[in-house]
Amino acid sequence: MSPIKLFKNNFRDFFKKLFKKKKNARIGIYGPPNAGKTTLANRILRDWTGDAMGPVSHIEHETRSARRREGVTIKTNGHSIGLDVIDTPGLATKIDFHNFMDYEMEEDEAKRRAKEATEGVIEAVKWLDDLDGIILVMDATQDPFTQVNVTVIGNMEARKLPLLIVSNKVDMPEASPNTIMNAFPQHPMVSISALEGNNIDTLYQEIAKTFG
Amino acid sequence: MDLISEERLSGMNPVEKVRFIIDEVKKDKVLVLEKGLTPDEEANLIEMTMTKIQPDGFSGIEMESYPAQSGNSIINKLFNKGGHRTRLTIIGPANQLKTLKKDRDLITTLLSSKE
Repeated sequence: MSPIKLFKNNFRDFFKKLFKKKKNARIGIYGPPNAGKTTLANRILRDWTGDAMGPVSHIEHETRSARRREGVTIKTNGHSIGLDVIDTPGLATKIDFHNFMDYEMEEDEAKRRAKEATEGVIEAVKWLDDLDGIILVMDATQDPFTQVNVTVIGNMEARKLPLLIVSNKVDMPEASPNTIMNAFPQHPMVSISALEGNNIDTLYQEIAKTFG
Repeated sequence: MDLISEERLSGMNPVEKVRFIIDEVKKDKVLVLEKGLTPDEEANLIEMTMTKIQPDGFSGIEMESYPAQSGNSIINKLFNKGGHRTRLTIIGPANQLKTLKKDRDLITTLLSSKE
């Protein structure tokens, strides 16, 4: 490359960097299957963009590939934050196709779903390397000390990346958000119902505080 | 069940560790790791487990570890070290090892013979 061309390229790169818009924070929504990750992603997108991320179901591993929505702007308390939101498949250490047959699926369909679910978990693990922070969704009606939660929190702490715990499903009578708060007191936590919208404004304030 | 000492695993690199664990668990062994795995190794283990799952065969692993303890010593802070202390971990085939209860300092599991 000639010196003149090199100079021109460097000059162009310098000005590109100088006027580049602030990058959106790339935030992954993680958690075990059926914690309500996609319900939360849909809630965030509906509130701030008017559309949805994907379908939800009571059957585990409904989301089997990561979905990304770029440029979601959340405005709260006079501040705004730009996010790229990644809704990830539920993390698991085991997937048995027989479990899907309990939902009256044919064997072939159950095996196909199980295979896709394993690929989804791999994709979710790979995304861990490419994020600026995580919203970890826990089901407040379940024991919070699952291996998935422990592994995700450990990874974020080791990478020194921000983590916000969402204690979901607080509209259920058996929900116990205090159990989650006591389990992981070192991280911020918000109790919500992604389905009903309970406490959702507090979640947006906490998102702006944690990832802004 | 094999109780794996810290020294046994410390000579392996992360990929070797994960391969060793998967190979042993696929032989229906339950492993208790004295020192556990780093969060990154746990994530790699989950990833590799998914690649090994087969219908009517290996359905995955049950893994339980305590939350890692972070070191807040001045040395760790000075040198910006994560200071994560990994802890005892139990790993076995999903069809033989079942976690009954887990909290910050107690893991209760049920170990059964192969189904």
